Amino acid sequence: MKLTTRSKMVVNKQMTFSERIYLPAIISGMAVTLKHFFMPKVTIRYPEVKRKFAAVYRGVHVLKRDENGAERCTACGLCALSCPAEAITMTAAERKPGEEHLYKEEKYAEVYEINMLRCIFCGLCEEACPKEAIFLTAEEIAPARYDRKSLVFGKDKLVEKEHHPNGKVRGGGPLEERLYHG
Amino acid sequence: MDFEIVFKLIMIVTVFGVSLGTAMYSTLAERKFAAFFQDRIGPDRAGKWGLLQPLADGGKLFSKEEIIPGDANILMFIAGPSLAMLTACMTSAVVPWGTYLEINDLKLPLIVADINVGILYVFGVVSLGVYGIMIGGWASNNKFSLLGAIRGASQNISYEIAMGLSIIALVMITESLSLKEIAAQQSSFHGMNWYVIKQPLGFLIFLICAFAETNRTPFDLPECEAELVGGYHTEYSSMKLGFYLFAEYINMFVSSAVMATLYFGGYNFPFMNELGLDHNIVAILGVLALFVKILMFIFFFMWVRWTLPRFRYDQLMRLGWQILIPLSIVNIIVTGGFVLFFK
Repeated sequence: MKLTTRSKMVVNKQMTFSERIYLPAIISGMAVTLKHFFMPKVTIRYPEVKRKFAAVYRGVHVLKRDENGAERCTACGLCALSCPAEAITMTAAERKPGEEHLYKEEKYAEVYEINMLRCIFCGLCEEACPKEAIFLTAEEIAPARYDRKSLVFGKDKLVEKEHHPNGKVRGGGPLEERLYHG
Repeated sequence: MDFEIVFKLIMIVTVFGVSLGTAMYSTLAERKFAAFFQDRIGPDRAGKWGLLQPLADGGKLFSKEEIIPGDANILMFIAGPSLAMLTACMTSAVVPWGTYLEINDLKLPLIVADINVGILYVFGVVSLGVYGIMIGGWASNNKFSLLGAIRGASQNISYEIAMGLSIIALVMITESLSLKEIAAQQSSFHGMNWYVIKQPLGFLIFLICAFAETNRTPFDLPECEAELVGGYHTEYSSMKLGFYLFAEYINMFVSSAVMATLYFGGYNFPFMNELGLDHNIVAILGVLALFVKILMFIFFFMWVRWTLPRFRYDQLMRLGWQILIPLSIVNIIVTGGFVLFFK
């Protein structure tokens, strides 16, 4: 079995004169580096220029709203159950009459917290969610802070700020769509 | 007469300032070029294109904590970097930066010290340079420093021989040891009578030895990071380390100047006498021409550094003793034959 196409047979031959004086090899090597000197540079000047997020990038979580602006989460707890890092906790509450514009179904999450210190951004919560309520789509990388307390993200940070038509922040929607058409 | 002395002082201050300034910006150029050779963009945050970076680096080195190891020989420990810096700055005294300026019938040569044994002076000072490394490495009382120092000393001594022999062949043609005289000889044939044409092999040997003498890659074994931590300056911190690093860049500048003067026509540039310009203007253009040559050599130093890997110690010694020295002796013999039959 051949593991690579680039393997070479080792030959113990004597070096030729031009190989032994090294200068041709040095010159060709310096031609290579000089070519790189004038090549376009790959560096991204980070704070000013940001690299585009990949379509399947798993950023900070977003709790989605439906087309009427009501929260989709029903506090079923499947995300917390699926979370391998045990980062998600929630407290369920019953929707009162007159709150239909706020919460989509009769049950909602009163408290929904994700501990960003524990989260490993595996995306199992969005796969587990039956209501398409949680996505790791915010174009934000995992935050860094000096204290632990502020890294437990509550609903104030997680819930989508305003309603987006067709429920997208970026690449939102069903996971399959993001994976294969994003 | 008084004005000549004042002019000499101006020359000294200018040469000193220019060599320090060039060395300072060589550090930035090194980082920039290293980045370009590796498809990066290099430092560009301090000022436009990172032009204030050398000042920031200098400020950082000055404000760093000064650590002198408990077992170090304090006097020698301080003498090491001082000596490295001193010898680095001394060589530029004999380099002719241009012909002369003519102001009110006064001929003001653009050289600090026109001594008739200029080349010997350069060699003397260059061989003193190894003491900075040797003393610093020994005084640190650290095995890595000592190993680096020993490597530095043996390398410099080995390559000085080949360097001297390659110069002997040049001196056989020039029949003068004065750098000013050698530079002036190269002005014939439309300012293109450069000695690199007559001494290509000698130039190649001199170039390789110059890399070794300045401890630049591929001959940077004394400060080999991979196996000797930092070589002779392992124990140094703050501005003492800065002096060592800075001395390397001054050495690079000065050896570029010496190479440009000896082999690449110094301040001569093509058709310098056919332009029909005022003498002073031609002299100033010559200074600029010399600087262009020096900067190209510095670029070459850096280009090589970011291309070639470091020699192994035994390869280094073999190249020095078994290849360069015999080759330079052959060069002397061939040159002697030419001088004998064609003059």
